Amino acid sequence: MSEKRHVLSVLVENEPGVLSRVAGLFSGRGFNIESLNVGPTLDKGVSIMTITTVGDEQIIEQIVKQLRKLVMTIKVVDLTEHKAVEREMVLIKVNAEDSRRAEILRIVDIFRCKVVDVSPEELTIEATGDVGKIKAIFSMLQRFGIKEIARTGTVALKRSLQD
Amino acid sequence: MELTGAQILLECLKREGVDVIFGYPGGAVIDIYDELPRHPLKHILVRHEQGAIHAADGYARASGKTGCCLVTSGPGATNTVTGIATAYMDSIPVVIITGQVPTPLIGNDAFQEVDIVGITRPCTKHNYLVKDVASLALTIRRAFYLARSGRPGPVLVDLPKDVMQARTAFVWPDDEAIRMRSYNPSAKPNKRQLQKVAELIRAAKRPVFYVGGGVVSANASADLCWLARRLHIPVTATLMGLGGFPADDPLWLGMLGMHGTYAANRAIQDSDLIIAAGARFDDRVTGKIAEFAPKATLVHIDIDPTSIQKNVAVHVPMVADVGQALSDLRALVEQQDAGFDFVAAHEPWVKTTLEWELEHPIKYVPAKRGEAVKPQYVVEKIYELTKGEAIIATEVGQNQMWTAQFYGFQSPRTFLSSGGLGTMGYGFPAAIGAQMAFPDKLVIDIAGDGSIQMNIQELATAVCYDLPVKIVILNNGYLGMVRQWQELFYKKNYCATCMEAQPDFVKLAEAYGAAGFRVTRSRDVEKVLKEAFAVPKPVIVDVRVSPDENVYPMVPAGKSLGEMLLV
Repeated sequence: MSEKRHVLSVLVENEPGVLSRVAGLFSGRGFNIESLNVGPTLDKGVSIMTITTVGDEQIIEQIVKQLRKLVMTIKVVDLTEHKAVEREMVLIKVNAEDSRRAEILRIVDIFRCKVVDVSPEELTIEATGDVGKIKAIFSMLQRFGIKEIARTGTVALKRSLQD
Repeated sequence: MELTGAQILLECLKREGVDVIFGYPGGAVIDIYDELPRHPLKHILVRHEQGAIHAADGYARASGKTGCCLVTSGPGATNTVTGIATAYMDSIPVVIITGQVPTPLIGNDAFQEVDIVGITRPCTKHNYLVKDVASLALTIRRAFYLARSGRPGPVLVDLPKDVMQARTAFVWPDDEAIRMRSYNPSAKPNKRQLQKVAELIRAAKRPVFYVGGGVVSANASADLCWLARRLHIPVTATLMGLGGFPADDPLWLGMLGMHGTYAANRAIQDSDLIIAAGARFDDRVTGKIAEFAPKATLVHIDIDPTSIQKNVAVHVPMVADVGQALSDLRALVEQQDAGFDFVAAHEPWVKTTLEWELEHPIKYVPAKRGEAVKPQYVVEKIYELTKGEAIIATEVGQNQMWTAQFYGFQSPRTFLSSGGLGTMGYGFPAAIGAQMAFPDKLVIDIAGDGSIQMNIQELATAVCYDLPVKIVILNNGYLGMVRQWQELFYKKNYCATCMEAQPDFVKLAEAYGAAGFRVTRSRDVEKVLKEAFAVPKPVIVDVRVSPDENVYPMVPAGKSLGEMLLV
């Protein structure tokens, strides 16, 4: 069976320890986590986790079932089975000496990114997009010398219209 | 009326139906112990916290109720971890109450502080730290509800000392209050899947029931027996399933798996329909997974969705309480198959399995005159003397496998053994717990000389509370199962398996105030066992058995069930 990237949306009770229950489940059973994002929802008592993981069909089925088995889990949706929008935000600090600054700004423009911090030697760029776009931005900026990055991990929601 | 946390805890335990609690005091739980004499709860003071958790587990397995234990913070709590993992692997309902340092000190590395909730997260069904006395009653109720519902398991509740001292109005949470939107174990079998199973059974030529601990846990034994007999289907069980089907029934194939019978393993490999009920296709059962049951359609009934499609791909998955599923299947068969002649349909197959049984029964080479006692003979004699009616606990290793092979378990909840985790030192404290549940029953721990030394200190507990548990040590002077693997697979490199400097178990028993017997000759076995079982106090029978006896049949690890080593 072939391995595929899956985005899981997990609603959990907003209680102490719930993150470590989920993280422990992945490490204890040898599942992969590519990224994990946690945040509040409209309901104060509920948090949403967006987990990006990789595995074949059988592994993903186990991951979903094991997540559902946790007593604090309210709902698990494999967004890969649905139409969904997914986004990640990254901050990229890139070398930007005067001679190359214009070129970098052009890339920023093309990808509709924003410059959020400037110094004589560096630019910090804020970029948002799906997996493919983020990858493309990195590959374009690589040659200038990326000094530091910070990523939110993927967040995702099911699209309102599924057909 | 306002009550302290300690009072609320004990009131909740009483209302949850707890009548006995196994425990060990310490600084963080003194408030609870201070309150204890004013409550009807019977407290059993063990000699080590591991004894407390195993006893609570044994009590739960034997009685079907939820076991309960109480220990202090830090080392008291960590000493229960092996027992918690044991109960978790075997799905046993236990509630563990641990003391914790006062809430203002949590995180400060206070004296006897440990993050027991963090430590036990992966080996409990769920756990709680109670920070506010106002949520105490609800948490205790939920702990018991979680422990016994769905797939049962251990639930730990960590109670800081100041929460035990704080006061609040006591309100008993009703059933509505304990419900959780995030926890809805499904029990009802899918009707269409059940119908499919009924059709598969009618069409099958070589069907087998493969049952596990779920049948015992869900009290599904009666329906299983009815179905097996009506449908004329042979039954095999995992270690955890022993007792779920009577061993004297002609349809009984014996245990399957690594040390299973030839007939059971052969039946699995030749079967065209396997109905797995409350079992989880564990590696000790399946052997090499790719070659397991190659010809069979697999039906899998289990209450835990994660058990299904975990190790093997099954054709008919059914998430349901096994008790509910088997009783619904029974109703279906009664209603629509009244005229179907299952005996005619399955008799050739049943006959074939009987021939396999005759060809290679579970056996051993009896001791010749002057030879050391055969351990299997001792188990056979225990079976004969008790007529299969005793509660039998085992330790782990050869003693456990010989018991599984040579003791014919007749009814559920009479076999207590650490199946999943394989915890040495489990049997004796578990037997103490079972004896608490059934004071008048004969409770026997069949032990090895290695494992009995892991919780031997509980002899004091047994003597102190007049719990006449009988320990029969199959004493071969070795960690026998490891020694067997060294002999068969590690070129006889017997490293660290010879138990030198053994204590005198008879004197040891006497030192604790129990009775001790020693047997060195086969012809004395029956007489001494009879005498020992009649003694109204705890007893050790030290039987010196043949040191190089192995457990057979054996499917070497990683081999298929078709590749058995026979006697």
